[in-house]
Amino acid sequence: MSDIERDLEDAAPEQEPATRVLPDHPVIARILEEHTDATFEVRSYASSDVMYHAITVPVSEWVDIASEAKDVGFDLFIDLAAVDHFTDAPRFEVALNIVSMTLNERLIISTRVPYDDPTVPTLTGVFAGANFYEREAYDLFGIDFPGHPDLTRILMPDDWEGHPLRKDYDVGEVPVEFKAGSADL
Amino acid sequence: MTDTPDTEVDLAAGDPQQPAPEEVEGPAEERRQLHDVWVSGTEERFPFSKATDEGAQEFLPRDEDPALDIQEGIVVDDDYVEAPVVIEDERQIINMGPQHPSTHGVLRLQLELEGETIRRVKPIIGYLHTGMEKTAETLNYAQGSTNVTRMDYLAPFHNELVYSLAVEQLLGIDVPPRADAIRVLMTELNRVSSHLLWAATMGMDIGALSMMIYGWREREVCLDFFEKTTGLRMNHNYIRPGGVAADLPDGWEADIANLITLVNEGVDEYEELLNDNPIFQDRTLGVGVILPEECKQYGVTGPIARASGIDWDLRKQAPYCGIDQYEFSVPTGLHGDVHDRYTVRIEEIRQSLGIVAQVVESMPTGDYRTPDAKVTPPPRKRIDESMEALIHHFKLFTEGIVVPPGTAYQSVEGPRGEVGCYLVSKGGARPWRMHWRAPSFAAVQALPAMMTDSLVADVVAALASSDPVLGDVDR
Repeated sequence: MSDIERDLEDAAPEQEPATRVLPDHPVIARILEEHTDATFEVRSYASSDVMYHAITVPVSEWVDIASEAKDVGFDLFIDLAAVDHFTDAPRFEVALNIVSMTLNERLIISTRVPYDDPTVPTLTGVFAGANFYEREAYDLFGIDFPGHPDLTRILMPDDWEGHPLRKDYDVGEVPVEFKAGSADL
Repeated sequence: MTDTPDTEVDLAAGDPQQPAPEEVEGPAEERRQLHDVWVSGTEERFPFSKATDEGAQEFLPRDEDPALDIQEGIVVDDDYVEAPVVIEDERQIINMGPQHPSTHGVLRLQLELEGETIRRVKPIIGYLHTGMEKTAETLNYAQGSTNVTRMDYLAPFHNELVYSLAVEQLLGIDVPPRADAIRVLMTELNRVSSHLLWAATMGMDIGALSMMIYGWREREVCLDFFEKTTGLRMNHNYIRPGGVAADLPDGWEADIANLITLVNEGVDEYEELLNDNPIFQDRTLGVGVILPEECKQYGVTGPIARASGIDWDLRKQAPYCGIDQYEFSVPTGLHGDVHDRYTVRIEEIRQSLGIVAQVVESMPTGDYRTPDAKVTPPPRKRIDESMEALIHHFKLFTEGIVVPPGTAYQSVEGPRGEVGCYLVSKGGARPWRMHWRAPSFAAVQALPAMMTDSLVADVVAALASSDPVLGDVDR
């Protein structure tokens, strides 16, 4: 609680113009009020004054905070991305990207899960659109989403082995046989 | 020669037993009725059973066929609940695609049909998956835009722009005003060319075959300008981190003026061809309805969401490249059907041409690349004069642009909705991870909401109106 308030106060004067911050922060603060483990960051778009907020939450509060954000107006589902932070301690990151059209605010909520238990509760109950995106994260990263209605591979073939976007999955190569450089040249 | 009318009728009918009809003196009306197309909404149907001997080919009475009401939007059916009347024996699974001309690529739709009515749809994708997100991790930042431009191959400039903006967000650099203006010019022209191609293929899909020729004709004018500017008709690699690859060619103002005139005339022609066409109206009005609530749930943005009445355009809500200094309006629809998507896209073409005209008037002078020596390679002449320039040149072309660690999300309004790039850097010259927020991916996901409980013939219209690009879906 106190951490967050300090963060808000620190971030407000130096990073954002005062005109944009004031109406938006109470809502973000209300989302974060109960979740003391969540950390908070303000990022800016390239060469413009458009801001968005990025929150990192523990995986146990993942669904709660997403549905709370939806309740306060972040109801446009945009994206769900997975990242493999190979060799960093909680290896996988899952980032939800939602937008509030009434506030004109973007919110990126991310969580980290370890390699030996890559399990994130599904968001399909909150946003129906998370369906395909969670299938993609499962397919390419091997992250499990318990509660998902149809967690199957979506981009790779059904019988594919491994999860290609993991950092320890090799790009692979096709051997090329050079025939043109033989003696008759 | 009183027999002449009889023989004529005999030849036409091919039935010598039939006596000559009395109504020969007024044949035009009878014939028009016999050959008239049944238009939904006209209550009286014509006696097809009398005209042919192949049995009854009538439609069911309207009140006995709920599918027609749903199709016309009279009844909004809940897509998530199965219809109460289920005839299991009548159900069959049909695979549409992946090799089907109207899927615009390799989309496969698994349709569960009950008679002619679709009860469930399952889009199956991945046939064009080439692992471009993995490829992006092996390319440096300067090479990255050659990769992303091939994702949504009908909107290459938007892909390059969002990637470049994401890299610039991590670098914390600004580009000169002329680069911004060129970026806006090219992306808005790209929106025009993409919508023109959409109008062409959509017209072909629902039976207006001449639209295919007309739409392609105007799109060619846009592609000619792209070729003159970038050297390529598609996959340009023109917008790069730090600016654009080259300045606009000589005489570009005249080319643009010519282009605006030609495309505006073309769009007028399309509207003349389609707007009052009863077949076009019949195939689009009330077909493939998606509700605003469903758009939000499934992440559907762009013209599809705007046709449902969601007034949301990132050019207005999160302006990029100074696009907020140009005047334009965001067209929205009301019903969220195929026809509204058509009107929204046609109006967007006009608005984008308006932006292009304003860019031509207010094009700033100056450099088209950032002066930052860590991003922009030095001019060839400087390399001979300056040791620093030589070192920068060497580092840029051996190592690449070095980007500090961080995470960035950047989005622009593409022709199909929000194009987004989630870029994670851990330092160095290559991205650690690049996730692409593809608008077509979300649109394909929302196809079941659009198609369930409609007629199988409307699949093509609904699919064409959602304008998916499979290179963008599968990446």
